[in-house]
Amino acid sequence: MKILTGSDLKSGAVVWWDGSSWSLHVEDACDVGEDAASIAAREEAERRVVVPYAIEATTDAQGRVRPAHIKDRIRALGPTVRADLTLRPADPEAGTWVI
Amino acid sequence: MYQYDRYDQQMVDARVAEFRDQVRRRLDGKLTEDQFKPLRLMNGLYLQLHAYMLRVAVPYGTLNSTQMHMLGTIADKYDRGYGHFTTRQNIQYNWIKLEDAPDILAELSTVEMHAIQTSGNCIRNISADHFAGAAADEVADPRPYAELMRQWSSFHPEFSYLPRKFKIAVIASETDRAAMRLHDIGIRIHKNDAGELGAAFYVGGGMGRTPMISHLVREWVPLDRLITYAEACLRVYNRYGRRDNKYKARIKILLHEIGAEDYAAQVDAEYQQLLDQGVEPPFAELQRIRTFFADPPFVEGLSDGVDQSDPAFAAWVQQNTHLHRVHGYTSATISLKPVGGIPGDATAAQIHLMADLAKEFSFDECRVTHAQNIVLPHVEQRRLYELWQRLDTAGLATANLDNIGDIIACPGLDYCSLANARAIPLAQKISQRFSDNGKDAVIGELKLKISGCINACGHHHAGHIGVLGVDRKGRENYQLLLGGSEGADTSLGKITGPGFDEDGVVDAIEKTTEVYLAQRQDGERFLDTYRRIGMEPFKEALYG
Amino acid sequence: MAEPISGTDSEARELDDVQFRFREDEMVDHPAVTVDAFVGQTNASAVRIEPGDDARDLLPHLGRIALVEVNFPSFGDGRGYSAARILREAGYQGELRAVGDVLIDQLSHMRRCGFDSFAPGVRLDEEDAARAFATWPEVYQAAVDGRAPIWTLRHGERNGDTNG
Repeated sequence: MKILTGSDLKSGAVVWWDGSSWSLHVEDACDVGEDAASIAAREEAERRVVVPYAIEATTDAQGRVRPAHIKDRIRALGPTVRADLTLRPADPEAGTWVI
Repeated sequence: MYQYDRYDQQMVDARVAEFRDQVRRRLDGKLTEDQFKPLRLMNGLYLQLHAYMLRVAVPYGTLNSTQMHMLGTIADKYDRGYGHFTTRQNIQYNWIKLEDAPDILAELSTVEMHAIQTSGNCIRNISADHFAGAAADEVADPRPYAELMRQWSSFHPEFSYLPRKFKIAVIASETDRAAMRLHDIGIRIHKNDAGELGAAFYVGGGMGRTPMISHLVREWVPLDRLITYAEACLRVYNRYGRRDNKYKARIKILLHEIGAEDYAAQVDAEYQQLLDQGVEPPFAELQRIRTFFADPPFVEGLSDGVDQSDPAFAAWVQQNTHLHRVHGYTSATISLKPVGGIPGDATAAQIHLMADLAKEFSFDECRVTHAQNIVLPHVEQRRLYELWQRLDTAGLATANLDNIGDIIACPGLDYCSLANARAIPLAQKISQRFSDNGKDAVIGELKLKISGCINACGHHHAGHIGVLGVDRKGRENYQLLLGGSEGADTSLGKITGPGFDEDGVVDAIEKTTEVYLAQRQDGERFLDTYRRIGMEPFKEALYG
Repeated sequence: MAEPISGTDSEARELDDVQFRFREDEMVDHPAVTVDAFVGQTNASAVRIEPGDDARDLLPHLGRIALVEVNFPSFGDGRGYSAARILREAGYQGELRAVGDVLIDQLSHMRRCGFDSFAPGVRLDEEDAARAFATWPEVYQAAVDGRAPIWTLRHGERNGDTNG
């Protein structure tokens, strides 16, 4: 699937397009199909997102969205070297999900 | 230390106001991201993997305790309780909000600090020898010249849209502790036979994709022509540096393409023109700046010598202190490389503690080193044990300076949007491995440097052992380099061969050190052995 | 601040495009020619410098130039700043106009490098521009705008000979 990501203009936080707005959680990301460019252009023009870009992703056995590239998985989770600062601080499996 | 006068303060305040206005226009939609990006970069603000990142300038790496405390305060108030000291003597925060950035800059300005030109295609924050003013081997304190150039380069009207970034380092001793030859311009202050000071200009060094060691372009620039000559160097680059390809836009490529002699001749012609233009500050200004770097009130008549009966303390003294030019004093390095830790990171509490220690033990002064450690430059030897105990209690007394555990690592793919591979976890594993097997101290000096991409922020080209992280079909892969150095004997590392995965490269580094230990002769460092025996024995051990 | 320019002559494109002008004399009423064309002919008095041109090619002809346009195809290409300064350092007194991708945040530096008129490709917000021109209360460097740098002020010369 193709999903759309970017950063929140004001906070810089990593965000994912969920079909109607931007979510902090990659699992909310929806398949944007061929609409990535038009959504990105509109949202950037409205200054709700900065540097939006579309990426390939898959869904895992639990149905969770998993970006194809490690860089975006690290963006989705947080720094692998500071588990306490990631979005899943209590999840010991979070690191292996990234790799 | 330098102190702002009302002019310096006005300029920094004007910059804060300008940036606040730029942020407002960005949020109001009057600036596109393409237009805003170079402006925020010139104020140290990047957009990184998880948030905005703010890089705060520490001009020539020197801080007083008030400034250091402010760095801790910002870590707590605007970030997540820590900061990362960088290979250009700066500090960066990883979790900054765009909306907060103008307020942070305003807070910094209250302690005479800023984030001006810590990024962007302009003259970057100027670095210097971290032992400036303390080292026994210096001919002068290099910082007055760095400060003069800081002012000259700040908001320079002609050189704010250069082909690419531009880094300047200033040293004033034979021993280069600032990787001077790997800068766009390296300046070495030296003395002639008549005892006068002048500046040698080395141009066209750099790491990155195409590492190059700089060329000596002019041996002697009189100190009252320093700015004029620098202006000429920059003008030739601004006019003729390549702009068609960002990977060929650094000044090193210009020198490579036209030759150092041709470049020097063009600079000389420009210099002759500029001599009539009155761009040089009055010499009195340099003298004014020098007075700020006068010696602190050292106690006279102290003798050298430290009671090293405590073995842990002795190890730290031998590893982490540096010869001071005044008897009875030493420069102490606080390692930000605890075993298994993140190189260069410090918590707000640690930053505040180091600020307190700078005030109590080092005439209110500390330094950031390009190896991502903190120096207390002027510590009385008779108080060294007390200092060490305070550091030890806080987990800041790791005795590994310049050893394999004292790893330089860029933030890598854990934080940086340019990175191809993570650098920090690798540093952590290596440091842990060589602590567990007890070889850290046995091996002795071995400078290990890791970059997570070809931009080389982790200085991998200049590591005795260097590691470069690359993306190999979507997986992290690490190339090993041997034989780099950034000192007086600057050299560039050579790649051993095919890369390794993360665990593989840790094993490869261990094998490399085993070759060294088996082959070393009396007193040889790793680098010396490598230079004597060459790459082959290492290749044989790694791939044979 | 800039004298507002009223674009009465619709034929003269340059006149209409100049949004800020810091000089009183009459504007040149014919289009600027390229550096190559200019050096090879004698009747033009307006010339346009592109980023790759060498401003020094004009130095033998400064006496007959009334307008130099320096084009910024992209605001990030800073060669035009050096071109402008080189002309002013050589004593050029005519109009020096920044054209093209000229934006708010480059105005203050352009002014310091000797530009005294501005024809942005996209019209700029007047208030933002006014603020931009007034960005620096003082200046660190000697440039070609006649301002005494801070280090001159520090040592008691209000009116330092900064233009050489």
